[in-house]
Amino acid sequence: MVTVLARAGLWLAVLFLAVIGVALAADGGFAIHMSIVALAALIAVWFTVRSADYGAIARGILKMPDEGRYDDDPVRWGVIATVFWGVVGFAAGVFIAAQLTWPWLNLEPYLNFSRLRPLHTSAVIFAFGGNALIATSYYVVQRTCRARLAFPGLARFVFWGYQLFIVLAATGYVLGISQSKEYAEPEWYVDWWLTIVWVCYLAVFVGTIIKRSEPHIYVANWFYLSFIITVAMLHVVNNLDWPVSFVGSKSYPVFAGVQGALVQWWYGHNAVGFFLTAGFLAMMYYFVPKQAERPVYSYRLSIIHFWSLIFIYIWAGPHHLHYTALPDWAQTLGMVFSIMLWMPSWGGMINGLMTLNGAWDKVRTDPIIRMMVMALAFYGMSTFEGPMMSIKFVNSLSHYTDWTIGHVHSGALGWNGMITFGAIYYLVPRLWNRERLYSVRMVNWHFWLATIGIVFYAASMWVAGIMQGLMWREYGADGYLVNTFADTVARMYPMYAMRAFGGLLYLAGGAIMVLNVWKTIAGQLREEAPMHNASYDPEADKPLPGARAAQAN
Amino acid sequence: MADKRYDEATQTETVGHEWDGIEELNTPLPRWWLWTFYACIVFAIGYTVAYPAWPGISSATQGVLGWTSRGQLAEEMDEAAAARAKTVASLADMPIEELPQHPELMRAAVSGGAAAFKVNCVQCHGAGAAGSKGYPNLNDDDWLWGGDLQTIETTLIYGIRQPGEDMTRQSMMPNFGSDGLLDAGQISDVADYVLSLSGKAQKSVATQRGAQVFADNCAVCHAENAKGNRDLGAPNLSDAIWLDGGSKAEVEAQIHHPHHGVMPAWGERLDPVTIKMLAAYVHSLGGGEEFTAPVPEAAGEGEDMAEDTAETRE
Repeated sequence: MVTVLARAGLWLAVLFLAVIGVALAADGGFAIHMSIVALAALIAVWFTVRSADYGAIARGILKMPDEGRYDDDPVRWGVIATVFWGVVGFAAGVFIAAQLTWPWLNLEPYLNFSRLRPLHTSAVIFAFGGNALIATSYYVVQRTCRARLAFPGLARFVFWGYQLFIVLAATGYVLGISQSKEYAEPEWYVDWWLTIVWVCYLAVFVGTIIKRSEPHIYVANWFYLSFIITVAMLHVVNNLDWPVSFVGSKSYPVFAGVQGALVQWWYGHNAVGFFLTAGFLAMMYYFVPKQAERPVYSYRLSIIHFWSLIFIYIWAGPHHLHYTALPDWAQTLGMVFSIMLWMPSWGGMINGLMTLNGAWDKVRTDPIIRMMVMALAFYGMSTFEGPMMSIKFVNSLSHYTDWTIGHVHSGALGWNGMITFGAIYYLVPRLWNRERLYSVRMVNWHFWLATIGIVFYAASMWVAGIMQGLMWREYGADGYLVNTFADTVARMYPMYAMRAFGGLLYLAGGAIMVLNVWKTIAGQLREEAPMHNASYDPEADKPLPGARAAQAN
Repeated sequence: MADKRYDEATQTETVGHEWDGIEELNTPLPRWWLWTFYACIVFAIGYTVAYPAWPGISSATQGVLGWTSRGQLAEEMDEAAAARAKTVASLADMPIEELPQHPELMRAAVSGGAAAFKVNCVQCHGAGAAGSKGYPNLNDDDWLWGGDLQTIETTLIYGIRQPGEDMTRQSMMPNFGSDGLLDAGQISDVADYVLSLSGKAQKSVATQRGAQVFADNCAVCHAENAKGNRDLGAPNLSDAIWLDGGSKAEVEAQIHHPHHGVMPAWGERLDPVTIKMLAAYVHSLGGGEEFTAPVPEAAGEGEDMAEDTAETRE
């Protein structure tokens, strides 16, 4: 009873603060955001009061959860959230790709490119990727520690708190609330909220590891832990800023000028490194060996590549600021750390791919394994491309062009997307206790749509980026620049159209996943021929009638 | 610890741990991986010796190659400058009207002008120099202040209505409406009359009244035949080219309270050679006129863009 009162009181306090925020708001956007917070707090109060087991309280018995099973509710919610936000994020991406191709699609002011672009990136990275990481980490840490989640209430708060963060961020972009830092656009109060949620996440994760029943900590948990801790550090430092007013949305960063730029790209690069690489490698280290039913290729490699990866990654950020006001020495260090990062990154690919040793036939027969293998292939490709693009000589051509966009998407669509789809297809039947997925053949469809979509996307952006870079730097025989910026934009049109088409294919794959996950959760099984069946023709299954006679002659 | 197991498929021993059914093989690090990693580290160390890298208290190591990004930029700019040097030197001493006699130099000047145009001029005149409402089209042969090389150069150097520039091209059409010089009916009539000259309005009683208004108020600058006057920058009103729009409402608005465009005096911002190149480029766009030295020799500078009508094709 005391717990219920305390929790309800806490949510009422949040509700109270939010209402004050609405009343005193210095701008309309802040008022809308505080209304959303108030609504969320109200829902939280309602659920706190409603879910209290008054009977048990009355009997003076503390209600115990079923200790015999893993605590999978937040994982189930997380899987649904991942699928939902994923499709939202892909759709936003397709739309802004179309806006770049056909500018009249910019619907001012709420749906113009500059507001929807952060909506897209945050939806896919933080909403889709973040939910996938939180859900899978809850799943993996329990199983590899053989322990239930520590602080189950907190674990649920992390899930819902994170969804509130996503809603505040997304609505903020559309309303024009942004601190204009790439991948860190939400304003100060949203940042503070995320910090609270993230610290709770860390507590749940570390708490679960501490109460583990296994003697050792599995490699996937090293990666999850490094992801959670580093993202906390990056998030806090990059979002140090002063609110103009405590009842207004605007704030200014503490770091200014080139220092601000360096902090921003230290954050931005390591968001890639620890959110999209380390976190997803953690997923890989659990789901690939589970789906392949094979031991991990090399324990030694996992140790060496883990420590070298996290040590080196954190220094590579300055390669985003080549040929800028950043001092030359910092640029050099950013570049050489990126080059040294190549093999540590590939260690994860090797460990993932070679885990299939002894089970390579599954690439042919199991579309989920095929997705995971394709994810690792794209991971390898983009972690080679990244160090290459960090070399100043290459960067002077590639920087500011769409080559970067192509690079990012071969990683995001290929690696992060595919490994997440693989994990989701692994998880859904197990979490909802179904015999199998609704349809394995639809997984195969998803695989091919996504793969072809990525090929369209990456190939068109490579061509577009290199063309753009070459046109920008083209000097004529007389020593004068040949092209204007607008000339390059005009030439990009076909590539932009092709990119939008690639994105559309990827989105179509996502839609198939929604259907498949939906039907699986609903408990339906699609009647379909199995994916792998060596051909068998009963008619032909007999000796040749004339053979003996022919032999006799 | 636990039970190490021999894995048949890979003929490798496991480490002996197991988590939720996942085991790990004790495969050694792939040699190629390890050596490539070492090679990258060696390269990184070598690179930091060669280039500015290690930070100290107040400065960083400079690198044995003496490379700096500013130095590289200067080098590349020098290279480009060297490629231009011959053209620039020849152009510097040559009066612009002699340029057409040196076709090779003219070609180089036009390509240099095209580049400078893309940096300095496209913001107003557009990437194809076709202009837009209020900004003259430079591709046609309808010039406000004149279209020969020397006149274009003068326009570029001193600009149009550039505040603080004594030599700038000035033309100020009176605010016929807002200053009460003409009433609304007269403005409507004269707009009809002007539009009828290019066939955009039917001859009528109104245009007849407008003709009188024109003769009394407008012909002094725009000429009796409305062909304009380049000495004053007064646009030709008898063609179908309208700088500020050719609908009746737009023409009326222009008479009521004229819009007066400003072009910067580029002589303050660009070097004389670049201005010559720009003049050559603009001249080459299609409307360039022959230089006729002795004839005009007018008191004022000559030609430029004017207030309401000029060079934008409808």
